[in-house]
Amino acid sequence: MPDEIALKVSNLDVHYKDFQALWNVFLEAQKGEIVSVIGANGAGKSTLLNTIAGLLAPTQGAIECLGEKIDGLPPYKIVPIGITLVPEGRRIFPRLTVYENLIMGSYTPRTRSSRNEALKKIYQLFPVLKDRHNQMGDTLSGGEQQMLAIGRALMSNPKLILCDEISLGLAPVVIKSIYGRLRQINQEGITIVLVEQDIKRSLKVANRAYIMLEGKMVLEGEPSSISEEQVRKAYFGI
Amino acid sequence: MESLLQPILNGVLLGGLYAVIAIGMSTMFGIVKLVNLAHGDLMIMSSYLSLVIVAWLGVNPLWSLLGVVPVMFFVGFFIQDFLINRVLGKEMEPPLLVAFGLSIIVQNFLLLIFTPDARSLTTDLAVKTIPLGEHLNLAVLYLVDFLLGGAVILAVYLFFKNTYMGRAIRAASDDEMGASLMGVNTRKIYAYAMGIAMMTAGVAGVLVGMTFTFYPHTGPQYLIIAMGVVIIGGLGSMKGCLAGGLILALAQLLGAHFTSPGYQLLFGYGALLVVLGLRPQGLFGGKI
Repeated sequence: MPDEIALKVSNLDVHYKDFQALWNVFLEAQKGEIVSVIGANGAGKSTLLNTIAGLLAPTQGAIECLGEKIDGLPPYKIVPIGITLVPEGRRIFPRLTVYENLIMGSYTPRTRSSRNEALKKIYQLFPVLKDRHNQMGDTLSGGEQQMLAIGRALMSNPKLILCDEISLGLAPVVIKSIYGRLRQINQEGITIVLVEQDIKRSLKVANRAYIMLEGKMVLEGEPSSISEEQVRKAYFGI
Repeated sequence: MESLLQPILNGVLLGGLYAVIAIGMSTMFGIVKLVNLAHGDLMIMSSYLSLVIVAWLGVNPLWSLLGVVPVMFFVGFFIQDFLINRVLGKEMEPPLLVAFGLSIIVQNFLLLIFTPDARSLTTDLAVKTIPLGEHLNLAVLYLVDFLLGGAVILAVYLFFKNTYMGRAIRAASDDEMGASLMGVNTRKIYAYAMGIAMMTAGVAGVLVGMTFTFYPHTGPQYLIIAMGVVIIGGLGSMKGCLAGGLILALAQLLGAHFTSPGYQLLFGYGALLVVLGLRPQGLFGGKI
């Protein structure tokens, strides 16, 4: 269904104690879209995703997802709604096997019954995870760990995936392959919000893009309408 | 040589008991990074709980497990949920102090109600032995300790390996934020983990109560045994718990055999010191 809103963030303020990290931030994602948020280090991109996922509570503003108001809810109430975060640094479980890591993705009761089908799908998407299913999480390479983190997120049968810096520290070939998979996931109707340092690549896959600067949204538009100069301005302020 | 068999046999059987004393401590230590200084006292509390049930219903102490174990689950759950979770996450010290305070409260609570007299859970198992040779006897009560202790550890192991909650507890111990992103309510999961740890302490308390005499102040003595087992075996490792129990008990009994019973504890600590010197993370411990 086109033009149905999957995620709507409005007037969002987030504080870390006395420090205000987000100022009046807004963001919208239609169902089935890939939305990219770019911006320099410390612009507040990760803070935005962490707040949507429920790790941080906003001081003001609203977050609506799939028609439900989710701002201020803890992650264990947000995950069952169908929103999941692939966090920065992957945060896989090092002392659980690959299989157990994936099973943890289907922790919410709603998804437990369909876990074997979900597992099959993920093994198809990332065959390397099947080959390594009995290995401990920390024995995987960086790229494999990223695949595991994405696979684990998919196990919760999400409608919206938030991806935080999934290309960080990975080889270009691996990044390319992971982005290919993201497209595939998106084609199945899953909405994706991307936060990336890799501007070029994330603008290439996105339907729409936002640029953040110092905790504020400074630009919104289709990737083709965003000029290099505007990007430069957002990153370097010149 | 023949005379050595008796302390070895007893050491192995006692090792099973030591392991079950330590398993709850080890899981909380390894998973929630909580040094539960009240572990021994809560264990002795379950000995007294069993005493009450036995006096009230006149049953064999082993039957009292059916009451003690569920009660201890709730005790553990609420201790974690109402007390320790509030101070968790900042630093190591506040939970340590809460547990220490709890230890003092439990000891004095027991003292107030049960007086400082020595108690024991009497059972006719205590006097039964199975002769295995001319100089070798198998104490039935020790065998019960060993088998029940082993069964508890196996059950805990299977729980952590094969259930959603068990995996969630391990996941939360690996990466709390990662686990919460999977939809795990980590605070609740810690409360369940403590409940399970206290269930094992309940079994240990009944077994200890049947095997030895206990007083309101006996708890710290078993806390030290549990610490020793955990340090020898390695944090949070089930195999380590079993191995640590065996090594500690064997060191104690063999040491006592070659010198005199008065040196029993000394040899236990000696073994502890050797392991700490050679392999500070414990025999089966991973990275700390």
